[in-house]
Parts: sequence; C-alpha cells; structure tokens
Amino acid sequence: MGQWFKDVWEGFFTVLVGMRITWRHLFTDPVTLQYPSVRWPLPPRSRMRLFMKYEDCIGCGQCVRACPVSCISLKAEKRPADAPPIWAANGQPIKLHVSVFDIDMSLCCYCNLCTYPCPTDCIYMTPEYEFATSDLTQHLYRFAKKDAVFITEDPKKKAAAPLPAPAPAPATPPAKAAGA
Amino acid sequence: MDATYAYLVQLLPAAAHWPPWLVVALIAALPALACFTFMSLGPLVYVYGERKISAFMQDRLGPMRVGPYGLLQTVADTVKLLFKEAIFPKGVDRRLFVLAPLLVNVGAFMPFVVIPWGSRLQPADLNVGVFYVVAIASLSTVGLIMAGWASNNKYSLFGAMRSAAQIVSYEIPAVMILLVPVMIVGSLSLRDITEAQQGGLPSWFLFRYFPIMPVAFVVFFVAGLAETNRAPFDIPEAESELVAGFHTEYSGFFFAMFFMAEYTEMFVLSAVATVLFLGGYLAPHPALQTLGLVGLPQVSLGWFWLWFKAWSLVFVMMWLRWTLPRSRVDQLMHIAWKVLLPIALVLVVVVGGFVLWPATSGGFPWDRWVGWPLAIALGAFLFLVMVRALQWNRRRARELTA
Repeated sequence: MGQWFKDVWEGFFTVLVGMRITWRHLFTDPVTLQYPSVRWPLPPRSRMRLFMKYEDCIGCGQCVRACPVSCISLKAEKRPADAPPIWAANGQPIKLHVSVFDIDMSLCCYCNLCTYPCPTDCIYMTPEYEFATSDLTQHLYRFAKKDAVFITEDPKKKAAAPLPAPAPAPATPPAKAAGA
Repeated sequence: MDATYAYLVQLLPAAAHWPPWLVVALIAALPALACFTFMSLGPLVYVYGERKISAFMQDRLGPMRVGPYGLLQTVADTVKLLFKEAIFPKGVDRRLFVLAPLLVNVGAFMPFVVIPWGSRLQPADLNVGVFYVVAIASLSTVGLIMAGWASNNKYSLFGAMRSAAQIVSYEIPAVMILLVPVMIVGSLSLRDITEAQQGGLPSWFLFRYFPIMPVAFVVFFVAGLAETNRAPFDIPEAESELVAGFHTEYSGFFFAMFFMAEYTEMFVLSAVATVLFLGGYLAPHPALQTLGLVGLPQVSLGWFWLWFKAWSLVFVMMWLRWTLPRSRVDQLMHIAWKVLLPIALVLVVVVGGFVLWPATSGGFPWDRWVGWPLAIALGAFLFLVMVRALQWNRRRARELTA
C-alpha cells in the first residue's frame, strides 16, 4: 500500500518536473534561423561552388588529374608561336590556349583537392551555395571565355622594374618599391 | 429556454407579441449559430496555438511564413484540406465511412448546448446537464469505432479498439469525480453548479475541503485528457505504432472534421472542468465580474472568464502533450483501473461523508458522531479491498513467473 502511494506520488511529481523543464524552454530564445532572411555565417574556408579564373589558367591540367570524380574537363592546345606572350597574375607565362574548361558541379564532391595543385591559384572554392536548379545540366559551368583579357606584360618584370618617372616626392616612393 | 426567453423579452419587449414559432426559432437558432461559428473557428486558433507552443517548447519558431508570425497558417491549412480530394479506399464501407466523422463531431459539439457562458447566456439549462454532457460526449466513441471499422484497415481498427477500451476505462473515474461537485451542489445543472461557487476564488470547488478537491480535479483532468485521446494518452492514433490510428484512411474534409472534433473535445472538457472546479463563468473576484464605464450599462464578463479559464486548461493540455512521452497500452490501463479509479472511489465516499454530515450542522453533532466513524470505516474497508487486490495481484504474478 505504501509502495502504491509512493508510486502515484512519484508519477505525479515527475510529471511536474517535466512540465517545469518545458515551461522554462517556453521562454528561451528559439534557435531557428529564418533562412532566406537570416543566414548562418559560413565558417572560414567553407567549400561550396568551385570557381575558376580563366585569365590566370595556364592549362597545366593538374586539377583534372587531382579530381577524384572527374568533374573537370579541360582541353588545351599550344598557342601559336607568333601570338603575343601572356602571363598569369603570379607571373607564370601562359603557353597553352585553354579552349574548354568545364566543371560539372552536379558531380563535384567538394573535396577541394583540385585547388591545392594549381600553380597559379586560379581554381578555388567560393562560399556560394545557393545554386540549386531544376535542370541538372545547368550545373555544368563553362569557364572558358572567348573574350578574355590577359596580362600582356610580365608581372615579375613589372614588379622588379623601378617605378617609372613621376616620383615627385624624392625619397619615399623608391623605398616603398624596394620594400615590395 | 425559459430564462433565454425572458432575457429576449427583456431585450426586445416586442418579442412578447411575436408568434411562438418565431421566438422559439430565434432562441434556438441564435445560440446555435453563435456556438457553431465560435467552435468551428476555434480549432483554427487552437491548432495555431498548439504549433506555436510546441515550437517554443522545443526552442523552435513554429509557423512563420503565412501571414505575420504565421497567423494565417491554419487558415491556409484549412483551405487546403477543404479542397483536397476525399479518397475512399477500396473496400471501405462508404456509408459508415462518411457517417463516422459526423458522429464524432456531434459528440464534440453537442455538449455546448449546456455550457453556461453567463448566468443567462446558456443555450439550454438542462436539469440533467452533467449527465447530458457525459452521455453525448461518449457518442464520439461510437464514431471512432465506426471510423475504424469502416476503413477496412487493420491499423484503423486497432486504433478504434484502443480508443474504445481507453474511453470506456477512463469514463468511470471521470464520471465518479463528476459526482463530487454534483453531490456538493445537489444539482446536475451546470448553471447551478457554477452559481454554487459564488464569491470569488476561495469559494471555487477546487479549494474546498483542501486536500481533497485538488486531487479530484487532477483525477478528472487526467481522465478527461485520456477521453479526448490527447497525449500522453494518444495511443489510438499513435504514429509510431498505428500510422494514424482510426483516421489513417481519411483525407481532405473528413480528416479535417476529425481534427476539428479533437480540438473541440479539448475545449469542451476544459469548459466542463472549469464549470465543475474553477467557478465557470464567475470571476476570481466578484468585482471583476462586470466591466463598464461609469454611467454606461455594465457588461458582464462571464463569457470571458469561462473562455479564459478553459483556454488556460487547453494550454495545460498542450503543455502536457509536449512534455510527456506516449504511454503504453498496459500503462494506460494501469493508470485508469489501479490509480484513478481507487482514488475516485475514495474521494466520492469521503466527499459524500462531508456533504451528508457537514461540519457546521447545528446542535449536538450526533450525525458526526455516528457519521464520521462510519465514513472512516467505509474508507478503511475500501483500503482493505485494495490491499487484498494488490496482494492477490502480487501472488498471482509470483505464481505466473514460478
């Protein structure tokens, strides 16, 4: 009999304990983010959509070989000998004409392995993640451009060369240039 | 009816000269219309409230998209349900299938006939009010079984059987506890029961005979919770076991009707509990009963108080639902037969003793001298029976395991 009263009281009391917990949660701030209007701040180096800067690509194909799911397809041929010399932003001469550089994001596994071997850092992951489409073929991004404007002056030489004439303030600018 | 008629004549003196059929039609139709509009729009509010409360209790936001703060979410849901196709699966008994949600709704809505919203604001003051509520509310069980049977689906039938077992079990303690206020008042009319609690908060039945009536209230509330098939007693529609129980096969409008019935039943139970224990339409303090500026006629706030108290109880139901996990079938029966029923029995006997031999009777209290030992002996006898039953239970369990 005593056990019965104890059980009943315990049942009643534990319900109250549970109700106290839910009551407290009634007044805690919700953790929900209202997605399109409020966004989760992305962690640094988050890996979302791939991007390739065509103007810097030297067509070496290392990213293609690194890709574990073969989502990058690249076609490059030698630039004609008489074409004006062009360089990537970090000073690598571009010897190949990249005619096709396609990334199929529907295949991409976001492993980021393609960005490490790139000698000119022209392929990288962007924090852009809202690229859902109703048509998978729209996930094929074509990065090869017809009208790309390349750097036609060797950036290394440009940096090494002393600043051209103006220099109205005598001492400071050359010092800065040397520092750079 | 007579009170309403008198009120109508008081409001519209010309009504005394109208043909009787018109007056009767008015008296019957207006409250019915008001009740039905209020109650059919009520679930919109309850469902929104339930979703919001559940969300807040789980640190979520709940519906936020449709309308400001998601206020129009349930309206959109209702419109969706109304326009959806009502699917009749192969092999259903069409007539019963259509009739079941109607019957459940009848059971849910009819108790509104006797719920008093004010001293004169009551569709009908039946002298068997409490009995009427009990009788008409159990109609919905028939509807549930009908739904389960007509669906031609094992899960539906399981759900219906469970709900039948549950409601039959829990009706007993609930009705026994109903007897307690009825004994105190000596009337079955819900208005009389409310009027007997005049005088503000301390004279509500919840606070009478201090440790006894709160227990009675808790027992009634738990039993009522089980009767409305709400969590933690929602085994008739346990999603993890029975898909959706008795309304597995229902879609569109018929499903909406079951939904409406469930929420209406919640409100009805809360309103009845309010009338029995929380003073019904009476304010916590007599000064709060009416509201009005000086010089203007005072507006009675009875409807507000009943509404407020009933919704508070509905909130407690939702609170419980999002606190407790669903109980097992055997636990459910255990609570009904081995916990609530003995408590209800003892309460009925003890309160009966109090009512029969009140402590304030004049002269030499012979009745108390005789009555109290009798009541104590009765209580002791009940205890003994329970102890015997428990001992038998334990012995039987030992025998079965041996």
